[in-house]
This record gives sequence, structure tokens and C-alpha cells, in this order.
Amino acid sequence: MPVDKTKPPLEARGIRSQFGSNVIHENLNFTVRRGEIVGLVGGSGAGKSVLMNTLLGLKEPEAGVIQYFGQNRRNLSKVERREINNEMGVLFQGGALFSSMTVRQNIMVPLREHTDLPVKLMRELADMKIHMVGLSSEAATLYPSDLSGGMKKRAGLARSLALDPEILFLDEPTAGLDPIGANAFDELILGLREAMNFTVLMVTHDLDSLYAICDRVAVLVDKHIAIADTLPKVLEYDHPWVKEYFGGPRSRAAMSAGLKA
Amino acid sequence: MNSSAASYKITQSGRTISFRAIGGWTRDNAGALDTCLKEDLDALDYDLVEYNFSEVESLDTVGAFLFARAIRIGPGQRHNWSVSDGTEGQKTLMQAAADAVLGQPPTVTRPWYDALSRVGLATERFFIECVETLDFVGRFFVVIFKLLLTPTKIRWKSVVALIEEIGFNAVPIVMLLSFFIGAVIAYMGANLLATFGATVFMVDLVGVAVLRELAPIITAILLAGRSDSAFTAQIGAMKMRQEIDAMTVIGLDTFEVLVVPRALAALVSAPILTFLAMLSGIFGGMLVAWLGSADLSPILFVTRLQSSVGTIHLWVGLVKTPFFALIIAIIGCRQGLAVTGSVESLGTRTTTSVVQAIFAVIAVDAIFAILFFQIGV
Repeated sequence: MPVDKTKPPLEARGIRSQFGSNVIHENLNFTVRRGEIVGLVGGSGAGKSVLMNTLLGLKEPEAGVIQYFGQNRRNLSKVERREINNEMGVLFQGGALFSSMTVRQNIMVPLREHTDLPVKLMRELADMKIHMVGLSSEAATLYPSDLSGGMKKRAGLARSLALDPEILFLDEPTAGLDPIGANAFDELILGLREAMNFTVLMVTHDLDSLYAICDRVAVLVDKHIAIADTLPKVLEYDHPWVKEYFGGPRSRAAMSAGLKA
Repeated sequence: MNSSAASYKITQSGRTISFRAIGGWTRDNAGALDTCLKEDLDALDYDLVEYNFSEVESLDTVGAFLFARAIRIGPGQRHNWSVSDGTEGQKTLMQAAADAVLGQPPTVTRPWYDALSRVGLATERFFIECVETLDFVGRFFVVIFKLLLTPTKIRWKSVVALIEEIGFNAVPIVMLLSFFIGAVIAYMGANLLATFGATVFMVDLVGVAVLRELAPIITAILLAGRSDSAFTAQIGAMKMRQEIDAMTVIGLDTFEVLVVPRALAALVSAPILTFLAMLSGIFGGMLVAWLGSADLSPILFVTRLQSSVGTIHLWVGLVKTPFFALIIAIIGCRQGLAVTGSVESLGTRTTTSVVQAIFAVIAVDAIFAILFFQIGV
């Protein structure tokens, strides 16, 4: 079954997540359209990570439907599920690189697992991805423990791009990076999207990223996505939390920087 | 997933080749394309590549990488190239593929003296390891003597918690194992001694063997497998998550907080565990003597034990245990603190820790055996 790439890659309808009696999401609706970069914001404990895990398939929601490319996740066969999983790349917060392998071997893991390419070609492809995420070619043979935080993120990104995913999940991609590194990472995502034409869902608190690269911003508040729209519309949205989040001094600074750029 | 077949046509005019790609250039088709494309390109001699992507159905990084093979001639050297009839995305992807700098694959060279140099390295590592362990032991004793002068600074709460963990919780397994060992010795003794008609001497055999050697050694080996590995893993994980660094910065001494409580707990637990192991080992031997072919009643067994196996054997066994306990605690903690950032190092350090502890316990036991033999006890 070929993946119908014209349908929205990711759609959640009527999601309810709860742990015991603690309801995290209630009737949550959310659609990510093809080719856009969506930023997901929400307060600490609002359930951003739970939503991300639910969308990724690491957690089943207590109610509701998750659709990938217009197909209900529950109705997918194992083979179809794997095919769709190969269309999803994830960058975890700390990179989540396998510490016993070099960067190159890390990137080769998905290729080894899901393709039958010659090993030499895999190695070259891994090196190409290393180059694409802006790491030097020497980084290929380094171990994750030899990398700085920013390099780990780039290496993790390279691994998530190994299979040319359609959807890229980024969990706080710029957290822990210095402003220069964070800007460079934002640019990198934009550049890669142009080349590889993927859809991005990023959980972020980096207001600069939101202003600089996100096409739409989804706000997770009161157990559901209150609004998912372009930033100017989100700024006008009338909700105390949204007002406070985007009305603070940090946001204003980022906004003026974003407008200048 | 698009898996329509991919093919290409290369035509040459002068120093220019035009590369017309057809179909789905994705990773599904890449394996077969890779080999024949390489052969075709090697046969040609050219300076300029013109790509025509008008018939390309889908392109991913793998496809782009294969295209870029045509223009890559060596590290950092490329032919000139141009793309006609492609989308912007395809051109950007092509540019990325063309720009990609490949790292050199790790070269594995094994000179003829490789084996020798490895022996040398291993020897060096062994000596460094010895020196570092001694250094650690020295620091440990400095800290513990300082603490003995100010016993209120010892963390008694964690000492007690650790005694429960490494002593109390280990009682069932230590006693069970020792019981089996005692029974096995009794069986072997009964069979062997029956040939001389000296079955009653099996009491001496079980008593001396269990009291002097088996109970202390079994307990020490179990402690090494059970607690020493736990020490290394706990401290190693703390090291990996920078908890040790945090402690140092806050002003806590890692020796005081982590090493000394573990050593004290081991010091208290080991003799008690050994004593219990002695009891259950002798009980195992007694049960076999009574129920087995030897047919020695428990009363006879105990009387014989009292008359012919002196308490000196009990003390010989027990006097070794504090040394074992210290060895185990010190090696476990030292290896834990030697863990570096990677998960792999945690694994190797835990292995090293258990191997070293068991090795050291048996080596020290041998030294004790010689010592006791020389002084005649």
C-alpha cells in the first residue's frame, strides 16, 4: 500500500489521554499539513511530551483517532505501520544517540534495519547526512561522548533524516544551545526542508525559533489545542495564558528581532 | 512508498555527458543502480555533466547521492554540472549531495608488531590499574582514620541501609549455597573415606573445609557478584549523570559519602554472613551424614565435631572476612568512580570490578593459607 502523500501527514481527532484519574488531554483536535513547520507550545506539565509520544505511537490515547496520511493508525497492518514509521524521523531532546556506536554507525542503524543497500553505499550516505546537518567529516568516527551538546543534536538530526522521512518530530531542538548555535539550527531546519521537503512538528520554548521558522503555532492549553494558526493570529487570540506567554518581555524582544530579520 | 523502476541514459558529446534520469530514484532502487552506474561512469571520460530530471518521478537523498557520483572524482574535486528541468527542491537536494564531503572510512592497519604492542599496552594498563588501586586504598585509609577520630561525621544512616541491602538481603542465598556446598563435601568425603572404613572422619572433613575455607570464600564470592557489581553500577551511574561532580561542588567528599559507608557496611556484613554460611554448611554436611549411606546420627556428628575440630578453624575462617569485605567494597567503589561518560564504560567497569574482586579475594585467601601454614594454625 503506497503512502498517499497528498493527505495531511498527521491528524489527531478527539484525543483523550489520562493517567489514572488525571486527564491530560480532553477532546484534542490537531492537524499538521504537508510541508509546514508547526511549533507546539504549552506550559510545563501541559502534556506536550505526552502529545508527542501519542502522535509518535509510543503511547496509545485512551480515546480518539490518530491518522497518518489519512489512515487510522489502529487499522494499519504491521507492515503498513512499519512503512509509515519509516516516514517519521524523531530528534529526541538529548539526541538519544547510541553511545556504543560512532556517529556514522548511529546514522547507519536505520539504513541497516530497513534497507538492503550495500554497506559501502550506506556509509557514504551516512557521511552525506553528516555533511548535510553541518558536521565536519571528522565527526563521522567520533563517539557521542566526544561530541558537544550542539553536535549531538546535529548528529541526532542526521540519524532522524537517515530514511528521508516525510514528518520530522523535533523535541526542543534548540534547548541548551547558545543563541548562535540555535539560530544556525533553525537555518539548518529551513534549508533541509527546502531540500528534502518534509513536514516538521517541533515542541519548543524558543520564542526566536517560533518567530523565525514556524509556519504555524499550536498552543496546548486547557487540555486541548486552543489555537493552531499563524503567529499573528495566535498573538491576537484571547486567552490569559497565551497573552502572558507571547506578551512577556522575552517574546517582545524575539518579535522585534524576528520582524527585523 | 514509491518503488517504480528507475533507469538512466547517458549520452556523451565531446567532453560533456548528458545524464537523463527516469523513474523513482529512491532508496528502494538504489542497490541495483549503484553498481551499474559506477561501472558506466568509470568507463567514460568527461568534464561537464548535464542532468535532465524531467522524467524523474521521485527523488530522495539516496538518489541524489547516486547522481552526484557522476561529478565526484576525488576528495574535494568535482566536475562541473548543471540541472535542467528539475524542481527547485530537486536542485537544492542535488546541490547538497554534490557538496557533501565524505569522511574517510576508518583505516584499520595491523602492523606485524600489533600483537606485541597490544601485550605492551595491556601490561602498561595492568600496572596503571595496580597503582591507581593502591592510590585509592591509600586515600580510603586516610579518610577512614580521619572519620574514626570524628565518628559523628560517619553517615550511620546510609551504613545501616547498606547493611540491610548487602548483608541482611543476602542471608538466604548465602545460606542456601553454603548448605549445598557442605552437603557436597559430605557426600564426597563419605564415599572416599568409606573405602578406608573411616567414615567418621567425614565430620572432620566437613568441619575443617567449611570453617576454614569454603564458608568465607563462598560468602566473599557472593558478595563480589552481588554487592560489588551493585556498588560499581550505582556509583558509575551517578558519575555518568554528573551527580558525583555535583557532590564535589557542593563540598561533599565522595569518599565520606559513598565509599566509607559501603566499606563499613561490608565490614559488618561479611563476618556475620560468613558465620551463617558456616552454620548452614555444617548443617548440610550433618544432614548428609545422617540420611546418607554413612548413617552418622546428628548427636554423634556434633560430639565428633566438638572433640576433633577445634575452634581455631572457626577463627581462621572469620579472621579473613574483614579483609575480603574491604577488598570488595574498595574495588567496587573504585571501578564505579572510574566510569566515564559512555554506557559502554559502565559495562566494562562493572565486569572489571567483579573479575578483580573475585581474583583479589582468592589471591588474598591463598596468601592467608600460606601464612597460617607457616605459623602452624
